[in-house]
Amino acid sequence: MTSGRPAAQRQHGALIPLPRLQAEEPIPREERLTDVDEWGRSERTRHLARLLYTPLYRYWFRAEWDGLEKIPTEGGALLVANHAAAIPSDAPVIMHGIEEELGRPVYGMADFFFRTVPWVGTMWARAGGVTAHPDNALRLLRDQQQLALVFPEGVKGPSKQFGDRYRLRRFGRGGFVEIAMRAGVPIVPIAVVGAEESMPIMLRLPTLARALGVPYLPVTANMLLLGPLGIVTYFPAKFRLRVLDPVYFDVPPGQERYSKSRVMDEAERIRLLLQETLYDMLRDRRSVWFG
Amino acid sequence: MGRRVLVTGLDSFWGGRMAQALETDPDVEMIIGMGRKEPTVALERTEFVRADQTYSILSRIVRATQVDTVVHTFLLVDSTQVPGRALHEINVIGTMNLLAAAGQANSPVRHLVVKSSTLVYGASSRDPYWFREEHRRAGTPKTRLEHSLVEVESLVRDFADDNPSTLVTVLRFANVLGPNIVTPISANLARRVAPVMSGFDPLLQFVEESDVVRCLEHMTRHRVPGLYNVAGDGKLPWHEVIATCRAVPLPLPVIGTGLFASPLAQLGVIDFPPELESLLRFGRGVDTSRLKQTGFRLHNSTAGALNRFIRAVRLRRSVGDASPAYTFEQDVEQFFRHSPAVVDTSLAP
Repeated sequence: MTSGRPAAQRQHGALIPLPRLQAEEPIPREERLTDVDEWGRSERTRHLARLLYTPLYRYWFRAEWDGLEKIPTEGGALLVANHAAAIPSDAPVIMHGIEEELGRPVYGMADFFFRTVPWVGTMWARAGGVTAHPDNALRLLRDQQQLALVFPEGVKGPSKQFGDRYRLRRFGRGGFVEIAMRAGVPIVPIAVVGAEESMPIMLRLPTLARALGVPYLPVTANMLLLGPLGIVTYFPAKFRLRVLDPVYFDVPPGQERYSKSRVMDEAERIRLLLQETLYDMLRDRRSVWFG
Repeated sequence: MGRRVLVTGLDSFWGGRMAQALETDPDVEMIIGMGRKEPTVALERTEFVRADQTYSILSRIVRATQVDTVVHTFLLVDSTQVPGRALHEINVIGTMNLLAAAGQANSPVRHLVVKSSTLVYGASSRDPYWFREEHRRAGTPKTRLEHSLVEVESLVRDFADDNPSTLVTVLRFANVLGPNIVTPISANLARRVAPVMSGFDPLLQFVEESDVVRCLEHMTRHRVPGLYNVAGDGKLPWHEVIATCRAVPLPLPVIGTGLFASPLAQLGVIDFPPELESLLRFGRGVDTSRLKQTGFRLHNSTAGALNRFIRAVRLRRSVGDASPAYTFEQDVEQFFRHSPAVVDTSLAP
């Protein structure tokens, strides 16, 4: 469009060739100023977050893994775990552990609510948080072959009261199974023990939560014991994480829809598997604080 | 016989550039450009009609010129340019008249190209990070501009349903950056004061201005029907964009944003159309794989578009506006196009 037009194209007399749109000059690629990727994640921020989180991970929660080698070191996989604590402590522990041990990034998928909170939402995204939209999951898993972490219980997990600890809620509508099928990646279930006791919910204030526009508003044991400090302070519960065998689906990937009964069966199977594993781990646990 | 193309908004940034691009295509026999004012770019053989988009004029033009292709570039996507009522007139009523004229009985029009915007997706916390063409926006449009664009697209869909023999191309362009175009975003960046929503650092996608023209031209030339997102690869955080342009972020409160922003906008400190508020909170991304499947490639990524923009800004900051202004002179243009005195030296033997 810019230069070298054959003369035959001019239909009427143009005596002087007029200057056209500026020619496209090749431009040296300039350095980016940040390393924020297209998900809003920054490896530098992740690195800093891991640095700050290490003492908490190692000396406060004393996280211990069982079966970490079952997590694929390459290719996409959907990590699925039980979800707990008023401010969920399981997501950072899982992400931290896998990134430190396996050296590959984990994208933590969560409710869109995070995105609406100033500062928190931005930090959450920089630290690897992604909105749990099916299309986002599909792009991460299929197109980019990444590890994505989801909590199929959703907000029902961390908002449950202490009396219901370690009882898995409904696994949504099985959307996570459908995504894994469509992306053609395995599901790797992870059972987490310890998160429930790190910030147990004693009481919920649904009316106030609605008024403030937050998913739930808890009164935690931490607040009762530590006052305002308890809002952000976890109890030093001992974390144990057990990775279960990856679940592969023998269905062709890329389908728009999968048999709903098949999806629900698989979701329920994974739920029961996690539930059984949790009970098993709790049978072995001698102390909440020392494991 | 070559193609005969009608371009709307010849006086606008895109109409003029699109006509320029079409002039280089030997298959295009005739280009008719409509505009309410004179063209702002130099054109060689485009026939300019000064007319607004009323139905009676449009249908006469379509019949009289027997255009087979209509390129509708005259959709406003910058609500700071005109008052709200005029926006509706231009976008919705203008398109309605154009489509009615193009869809009249025995219409010669076989291809309609519409330059739309990713504004139709809006921006909200519930959005996917990449909108695909079939995605619906999260809520009903809250600004006049988005409302009008959504309405325009639904008019175009109706037109496509009613006229199955006419190919319809709708291109949804992301925010444009480039050496020449002025948008609220580019104006803020060039002025070195850029509004930010406190606590938010959204990811934005840009498309470079010459890529916009190339894409419109490609789709017109090759008669590619369909609905496509057009945006550069990759995304950039707004704060990084600001820092790259060496501008200063001006934080706006997230509650009562309008109260703070509108006096500043009135004073000319910032450009802050209502569409910008949700964009600067949540950002927007579109998936362009459908466009890539057609074989068309943009030359510039999001970062590349920013790069070309900032290079032009730096030049302007140093030497002022370097490109000579063009003035349309009716008599001169008429003389060159139609006077028997002009010897057409360029005709093929």
